[in-house]
Amino acid sequence: MNATQYWHCFIGIQTREWLRFWQQRTRFASALVRPLLWLVVFAAGFRAVLGISIIPPYETYITYETYIAPGLCGMIILFNSMQGALSMVYDRELGSMRVLLMSPLPRPFLLVTKLLAMGVVSIGQVYVFLLLALLVDVEPPAWGYLAVLPALILTSLMLGALGLLIATWIKQLENFAGVMNFVIFPMFFMSSALYPLWRMNEASPWLYWVCQFNPFTHAVEAIRFSLYLEWNPMAFGITAGVTVVLALLATTGFRPQRTRILGTA
Amino acid sequence: MTIDASNLSFQYGDKTVLRDVSFSLTPGRFHALLGPNGAGKSTLFGLLTRLLALQAGDILLGGQSLNKQPADAMRRIGVVFQQNALDLDLTVRQNLQYHAALHGLSRHEARQRGDRELERFSLLDRADEPVRQLNGGHRRRVEIARALLHQPSLLLLDEPTVGLDVASRRALNEHVRMLCQQDGLTVLWATHLIEEVREDDRVLILHQGQLLADGAGHAICRTEGTRNLAETFHSLTGAG
Repeated sequence: MNATQYWHCFIGIQTREWLRFWQQRTRFASALVRPLLWLVVFAAGFRAVLGISIIPPYETYITYETYIAPGLCGMIILFNSMQGALSMVYDRELGSMRVLLMSPLPRPFLLVTKLLAMGVVSIGQVYVFLLLALLVDVEPPAWGYLAVLPALILTSLMLGALGLLIATWIKQLENFAGVMNFVIFPMFFMSSALYPLWRMNEASPWLYWVCQFNPFTHAVEAIRFSLYLEWNPMAFGITAGVTVVLALLATTGFRPQRTRILGTA
Repeated sequence: MTIDASNLSFQYGDKTVLRDVSFSLTPGRFHALLGPNGAGKSTLFGLLTRLLALQAGDILLGGQSLNKQPADAMRRIGVVFQQNALDLDLTVRQNLQYHAALHGLSRHEARQRGDRELERFSLLDRADEPVRQLNGGHRRRVEIARALLHQPSLLLLDEPTVGLDVASRRALNEHVRMLCQQDGLTVLWATHLIEEVREDDRVLILHQGQLLADGAGHAICRTEGTRNLAETFHSLTGAG
């Protein structure tokens, strides 16, 4: 296979994801309700309780809305990736996974392309969310919207790969409720999405360390720093490293040896 | 293209699903893989399409091992799965273009080939309708058209008539036989319905993971001393 064929395949997978997105646009719009509730209602209630000091990358006191916006960007990607990955492996998309795997191109290429395509749709939602966040005065610098893009792509790849890994290896979690309780909520709450980690450290040092080991924390920090035009090599490095490991593991789940789930009725 | 499967065995855990299955497919012919539900047909298809890994034995396509040259092999195989594998909300043409892209074809090429196939399947006028609006028989035709887009030499169909009414079933079966003649396509048609098989077809009868008969339908009947294939199938498998 030559590079042109890879390119056609890449574009074909992207196009399909966008076409499906367009077909289901009402569902995607309703998926925005969740982060907006957090931003508008939860943040309003908690603003007074928490109070935020000046921490990097912010240069001044910020509102609680401003603090949680990057975490909510992460949350959008987290939900979408898990939902997308589950549907890739179970029921609804099983047929289309088979079609995907019938391609003569290498499976790791197909899966990473598919994850990227799903990620692009999530990222579209993140940008809509960030635009709406302007209404509650979450105003990152204009260039921040561009600078945050690599962090968003990386996060969507990392979480997509994690979702695939979970969907292919852990049978017990085959419904979304299970993933919600055992993956999404723990990852989200044990991270820096809703509270700065120094506060967690004051409350419970061991929880602080759990948060530190949670890759989602670093994805959120990578988003936060780049949105405010600051470079955070540690957050980026950890997110990128975890992405590579998870993607490698996830693609092994689609070797023929492991695809029993795709093989027979 | 020749297809040779030799000594295929497959187990799920402790359960043996295929036992030492060997067969060759003759290029350009229609082959019926006949077996009751649970005979191991889908597992065999899983192996032929690389959705499952070979545990024992080997499959050669045109002399090349499926395991050693997977990309080459996948280029030569078109598959129609038992369950629907179309995006119902996308149009017929969008479905075809997606498949073509997965095989590295450009949009232009995809459109040309897609339209040609759809015309042959009398579906060109419905190319821009969502698949959801098509009836079961037409959806199946779209799936076959899709499987042929990258011009494979082997077409695998895993119980393609499941869920269709008698008339659509017959039409689909006729259609694939015609393709086989027109294009010199090698076809492997899995089914548990004896009425989809003709006496002069190459017939492979699979039961409880074992290949019980392999040959021209009438020759099998002669060997078994039965009057017709239905009787043969019944006496060999207790089904039918």
